[in-house]
Amino acid sequence: MTDLETAAHPEHLRRIAIEPLSRVEGHGKVTLLLDADNRVRQARLHIVEFRGFEKFIEGRPYWEVPVMVQRLCGICPVSHHLAAAKAMDQIIGARLTPTAEKIRRLMHYGQILQSHALHFFYLAAPDLLFGFDAAPDQRNVAVLAGTHRDLVRQGVLLRKFGQEVIRITAGKRIHGTGAIPGGVNKAITSAERDWLRADIATVIATCDEAVARMARLFEQQLDTYAHFAECKAPALCLVRNEGTLDFYDGGLRARRADGTPLFDNAAADRYWELIGEDVKSWSYMKFPFLKCLGDADSGWYRVGPLARLTLCDRVPTPRAERERQQFLAFAGGAAARATLGTHWARMIEMLHAAEVIGMLLDDPELLGRDLVASGGQRAERGVGVIEAPRGTLIHHYRVDENDRVIRANLIVSTTHNNQAMNAAIRSVAQRDFDGREISEGLLNHIEVALRCFDPCLSCATHAVGRMPLIVEARGADGRLIARRVRDDAPMSKQP
Amino acid sequence: MTAPILIFGWGNPARGDDGLGPAFVERLEALHLPGIECLTDFQLQPEHALDLAGRQFVLFVDAGRELAEPYAVRRLAPAAQASFDRHAASPEAVMQVYVELHDQAPPPCALLVLRGSRFALGEALSAEARTHLDAACTWAERLFSGRSTFPARTS
Repeated sequence: MTDLETAAHPEHLRRIAIEPLSRVEGHGKVTLLLDADNRVRQARLHIVEFRGFEKFIEGRPYWEVPVMVQRLCGICPVSHHLAAAKAMDQIIGARLTPTAEKIRRLMHYGQILQSHALHFFYLAAPDLLFGFDAAPDQRNVAVLAGTHRDLVRQGVLLRKFGQEVIRITAGKRIHGTGAIPGGVNKAITSAERDWLRADIATVIATCDEAVARMARLFEQQLDTYAHFAECKAPALCLVRNEGTLDFYDGGLRARRADGTPLFDNAAADRYWELIGEDVKSWSYMKFPFLKCLGDADSGWYRVGPLARLTLCDRVPTPRAERERQQFLAFAGGAAARATLGTHWARMIEMLHAAEVIGMLLDDPELLGRDLVASGGQRAERGVGVIEAPRGTLIHHYRVDENDRVIRANLIVSTTHNNQAMNAAIRSVAQRDFDGREISEGLLNHIEVALRCFDPCLSCATHAVGRMPLIVEARGADGRLIARRVRDDAPMSKQP
Repeated sequence: MTAPILIFGWGNPARGDDGLGPAFVERLEALHLPGIECLTDFQLQPEHALDLAGRQFVLFVDAGRELAEPYAVRRLAPAAQASFDRHAASPEAVMQVYVELHDQAPPPCALLVLRGSRFALGEALSAEARTHLDAACTWAERLFSGRSTFPARTS
């Protein structure tokens, strides 16, 4: 158990809930228990509704799964689509043709580009540009469009470009059907390639600008950013054999927070030998851990942009690698150790994705017509692992002789980060809250910490229905002291 | 070439009646009515403002619970609101982003809401929702084939 996870006598503490979390995908809740002196005694990120998507998949024919799993998420459906397709490649024993792999990679890097743009320009930028304590009605992209028009225009155009890459490779902007077991079902025409290529220089330049903007924000607020929501944890990601960053394929690498290697180039399709999964009574999100470090309390880790850029030995595109080196060196490594450094790393990855898209568009093999590999030896088990925008994504299926999925296990990026997100909010609770009167601005600090991870709670859990944002403060006797509804008046005293 | 009319439905087809918006759009798309582009998505995002450009009319289509009628239509106006903070963004906010990005008013937009009742994961459209869908499609077909004028039915 980690500090502040469970208070000794919760019945004597007052409770504050942030529910639902805003500017994250899906529904989650944070609760804080405070004593009479406003000292935080317990802080938890809860996932309170059960999704059960894995059960939903069971019984379906395997070839339906890459399309079906996109229903997990409206934000990164391509990641689920590709992870499932990779798993099904193993089921049918297929080895992709060069063209099929390049089309899938193009789809995936388009997804990374548009997802990172969404996160930075729509979700995180209001905090970073207006301040963590800004008025809540100011902290959204519609207001940002009025005050920082060029920034929002850049975000909109990057999102649009990424979605067009997805449309051309998958058939539709959202929930396409491009990847199938053994390959892809849609070739790319030279006209489509040229249409995308016409904008790629602008896209790369815009990404460059976004990286520079994030670097400037860090320079301007180094003292705040360097220590906000501190979370020192081992990190995990896929890298290619030689340690090169790769979002589509590779082996698993993990290191401690101080850089000590834990494992390298480990077979991702045998992830269960390295990663265990635990549960806790207060959340429906699983708590994965690295088995070599013990259990869920001692072996938790983080994934995502910051993990990837600090774990890999190089980024295989020139602009992004140059930016990564500057990021790692900045202030003696302060940004690379900071939770808010994740935003900077995310922008570097967005630049990298744009560069890779440019390289793929220049590759003649992209226009090939050999799209589907013939199947080889049939397997009972398939494991597809990719680096999704938020981190490592694992899809694991068992398929019976009647082609039906009989077991599915998904570990999505946000689930890997479960304990890391809890650690981050506990850090904020201790540093920013302790002993102070609770205000809406302070509560937003918790959300700022969570947004660094860009959590996608809708695919980490079950999310049905609409929940209002209600923050309640109760005294040690359980009496309601104050109650606030988001988008309503400032916190009001109850009679 | 941009089609003069956009019909844009959003919702999750894997969540029962939440898929009414996309289902409506698919039905209209199958009619191949001239001058109409059809678009679906899971949720509204700021970049959808770009899809409004060059249109004469945009019909947003969503599912709703709090509705007395099987379906209802209303005209929309841009509104700056804190509505991109989670996945319940409004079409009015998309129109506002259009204003901010283009320095001009968006094209005329309306919202068609179809009443749904069951939104559970893995369910198909409910029988009741299908009835509402049929009624709304009949209205839309008449409207877009020029046999009635907007608003044929509003709330």
